[in-house]
Amino acid sequence: MALRDWPIKHKLTAILLLISGLVLLLTSAAFVTYQVVTFRQTTRNNLSTRAQILAANSTAALAFANEADAREILSALKADPHLVAAALYDKDGHLFATYPAGLAAAALPPAPQADGYRFQPGRLIGFEPVAQGANDRLGTLYLESDTEAVYDSLRLSGIIAVLVMGVALLAAYFLAAALQGRISEPILALAGTAAAVSERQDYSVRAAKLGADELGVLTDAFNQMLGRIEEQERTLRSYATELEQRVAERTQELEKRAAELQAANSELDAFAYSVSHDLRAPLRSIDGFSQVLLEDYAARLDDAGRDSLHRVRAASQRMATLIDDLLKLARVTRAEMRTEPVNLSRMAQEIVLDIQRATPDRQVDIAITPGLETWGDSRLLRVALDNLLRNSWKYTGKQTQPRIEFTAVDENGGRVFAIKDNGAGFDMQYADKLFGVFQRLHSAAEFEGTGVGLATVRRIINRHGGRIWAEGTVGQGATFFFTL
Amino acid sequence: MNPGKILLVEDNPDDVALTMRALKSHNITNEVIVAQDGVQAIDYLFGTKDRPAPTDLPAVVLLDLKLPKINGMEVLQRIRAEERTHLLPVVILTSSDEERDVIDGYKLGANSYVRKPVDFVEFTKAAQQLGLYWLLMNRSAPSPRGS
Repeated sequence: MALRDWPIKHKLTAILLLISGLVLLLTSAAFVTYQVVTFRQTTRNNLSTRAQILAANSTAALAFANEADAREILSALKADPHLVAAALYDKDGHLFATYPAGLAAAALPPAPQADGYRFQPGRLIGFEPVAQGANDRLGTLYLESDTEAVYDSLRLSGIIAVLVMGVALLAAYFLAAALQGRISEPILALAGTAAAVSERQDYSVRAAKLGADELGVLTDAFNQMLGRIEEQERTLRSYATELEQRVAERTQELEKRAAELQAANSELDAFAYSVSHDLRAPLRSIDGFSQVLLEDYAARLDDAGRDSLHRVRAASQRMATLIDDLLKLARVTRAEMRTEPVNLSRMAQEIVLDIQRATPDRQVDIAITPGLETWGDSRLLRVALDNLLRNSWKYTGKQTQPRIEFTAVDENGGRVFAIKDNGAGFDMQYADKLFGVFQRLHSAAEFEGTGVGLATVRRIINRHGGRIWAEGTVGQGATFFFTL
Repeated sequence: MNPGKILLVEDNPDDVALTMRALKSHNITNEVIVAQDGVQAIDYLFGTKDRPAPTDLPAVVLLDLKLPKINGMEVLQRIRAEERTHLLPVVILTSSDEERDVIDGYKLGANSYVRKPVDFVEFTKAAQQLGLYWLLMNRSAPSPRGS
């Protein structure tokens, strides 16, 4: 796991240990080195001193070439266990006496080398001049000591250093472990609080401020943020409640309106129902008794009289048609819409067949684009198409080559259907009156009609969410466009 | 001509007059019994304490729907409910064009539904056709015996 991801406790402890360790190491190393150096120095000095003493003592033996004396002087060296070998050379450089007594000559340097003391691998050797007075060199004293002592002391120092380091490090560890809490605990506390707040989503909790250092600043900022979040939550909740309330109010309102509409619709229902009965009965009487007059009193009526009665009959029959058309219009508004796929081309063809059957003597050229499909209420759409096609059929009645087309164009992402005929057409000036109830642009003498058909069509198209409009030229024809 | 009677249930006196005239103009001279509301129709068919029910039922009942007191549908229900008149031919003859009325009428067991046209000439034709069919062509169920 990367150092970055270690827990703070461990990081702090590790850093402290590392630093302590390093410091101890350096100190110990310096100390041990110092020890070694001084010890070597001391050892050399000791050897030198001893050599000088011995040399001074050996002058007589050398001067008088007394081997036995020389050997005896040298044998005093056995007091020092580290002294390995010693030798006296005479002034010619020949071996005079050795210590230990029976030491092979090969173990000693054959001739004295330069005066002085030097370390050789594992040995400290020294050549001390034996002289009487300043100028009279009698010979050379050779001392060879092993460096065990140095090594011993070195070893000892080393061990002590390591021990001390160990103990110190242990102490450092415990201290670090204990004291790192000062730093890490506040951090952990803050982290804990943050985690708890986040988990429980309880923004009323606050972190305890444990000091005025940067952590304290952090704690303060954290607490401030929590405070703000809490406030925002409260505001949001109050908005939500308010919204809920408003929605409930509106729903209530809407429900009331819906109920009102429902009531109005039922009233309309009942109204339409009565109309179909009550308004037609008197019309029947008017028409009927006019006919009775015509039949029974034909002899006593002159042409004008008969004409009047005919007009009376015509008028009452027309009123009956008007009532029926109005009823149809009302039904269209009331009817429940069912949305389903509708094949308009096929529907148009069926309607045309129907119309043709009713007026077999008329021949009209019909062009229906196949495959015109849409979504809508098939009953209502049938009524609409029926009205439009019957209109076209009616108004081409005076044409020599009547033609009706049913097509569709895709524009602006929508589909526009068109029923076009080359019939009587209409004056575009009055185009906005076309779809009004009972509005007609032709007289009854030219073309019969109640003026309700197009109003019905428009209501149906509107209920499908579409638009309907028309273009026409007098004497040349009209086209009705609609979208769904 | 079938001597059967026609029971005309119609509250509008004008319509009664016109209907009678229409029938007469096509030489349908069967006796026409007029009931001016639902109660009269029921009383005629099933009898009251003052006047017993007729031994032979009408050949056909021409029934209007919009009647005072009891309306046409209820009369039809009563007619169909009684064993005696269960199979009696009933033709609904009314101004109403409402789908609801047509469906309800057939559901309650009417034999036919005709909308009265305003045009009297058409009305006369309809009356003739009705008369010819129900009085001549149609064979009704025989009157139940012993009632």
